[in-house]
Amino acid sequence: MEWRWEFAWEILPRMLWATGNTLLAAGVGYTIAVVLGLVLMLGQRTPYRLINMPVRELVEFVRSTPLLVQLFFVFFVAPQFGIKLSAWTAGMLTIGLHFGTYLSEVYRGALEGVPKSQWEACRALNFTTGYTYRRVILPQAFPIALPGMGNYLVGIFKDTPLLATIGVAELMHTANALGAETYRYLEPYTMVGFIFLIISLPTAMGLRRLEAAVARAQGNTRH
Amino acid sequence: MGYWEFLVEYLPKLANGAVMTVMVMVCATLLAVTVSMVFGLMRLSSHFAIQGAATVYIEFFRGTSLLVQLYWIYYVLPLMGLTLSPFISGVLALGLNFGAYGAEIVRGGIQAVPRGQYEAALALNMSPFSRMRRIIIPQIYTIILPPAANLTVELLKATALVALITVVDLMFVAKQINATTWLSAQVFGTALIIYYAMARFALIPFLRWLELIAARKIGKA
Repeated sequence: MEWRWEFAWEILPRMLWATGNTLLAAGVGYTIAVVLGLVLMLGQRTPYRLINMPVRELVEFVRSTPLLVQLFFVFFVAPQFGIKLSAWTAGMLTIGLHFGTYLSEVYRGALEGVPKSQWEACRALNFTTGYTYRRVILPQAFPIALPGMGNYLVGIFKDTPLLATIGVAELMHTANALGAETYRYLEPYTMVGFIFLIISLPTAMGLRRLEAAVARAQGNTRH
Repeated sequence: MGYWEFLVEYLPKLANGAVMTVMVMVCATLLAVTVSMVFGLMRLSSHFAIQGAATVYIEFFRGTSLLVQLYWIYYVLPLMGLTLSPFISGVLALGLNFGAYGAEIVRGGIQAVPRGQYEAALALNMSPFSRMRRIIIPQIYTIILPPAANLTVELLKATALVALITVVDLMFVAKQINATTWLSAQVFGTALIIYYAMARFALIPFLRWLELIAARKIGKA
């Protein structure tokens, strides 16, 4: 079987439309992950063992089990308890939770990366905890967290094809459907690969630039 | 059906699947380690064609999705006359994909070896090959093992994807049982617990043990 350009051209509109869905899924999933990661990180940092122990275990569990199995678990188990979840909702929640646990580790590392003396200086100046976080700790933790956050943005994008397995109409799902309709798998699957490459490489490069820019800006404000 | 009866009836099947998962995991890890070493070294080559080839390989496999690569190897390669069994396709996709990530770890490890080590080896008139093999490589293990351990856990999790190309692994068996019994909570819950146990109580302790051995070998324990 050889590559047919006219076929590739013909399916391109549908592929691009599905790419929109993929980007939407990645965007929504990432937003959930960013917020959930914050909640999980705070849960792990609370001094109450009754809260921080279960959260710690939950994060460990979610981090060391496959996203694919989690997707199936959420998608098939929720209806057993009378909760009707669409493929989209189940997918977004699962991806959000999965990457939320990763991001909570990124945030934790970033906060621990800010020198302890910064806290002590703020206490000496009689700043409130909220003010210390907002004006001193978080601005310094942010550049430390940025590379990790960027990596997981690209990571979430590359894991969206898994959503096809529960029936979310994103890029991979569309490629499967096109293949089944036309019995031509060469063009759809190859195009999926290139679309991923075209989006993820510039994104990764842009993120490296952003990191450098933030580091520079921080360096300037410090002096 | 209570959970106990469920376990009595289906745990042996799930265990069989888990054995296949371990086999995929071991084969893919061996391939990934080889690929990492080769491309990590190529990435540091001073010859621009060799370095360029490694960069293209690494960016390509890291830039596209593992599932896409898996489908491409399993569904598209046969169209070009190369038919591979599901098992081989799965191992190949996992090994090549994780090898690309591993190559960057190897490159970082080699670059982290102090410059003086190169210079001393050069002063002793060692050939580039024996300098790498006898001086540099033995020192990178303590540096690369912690990030490599994270990657290995990721690889174990990623093996679940081979179920989608009909390798009868833990995920595949779980899907099969789910399709016939609709005991979704039990079957996928048990599968999650098995994956967790494999990572937490087998793989991670093993990798920690390797780190300890590596540290001891170069006298850092």
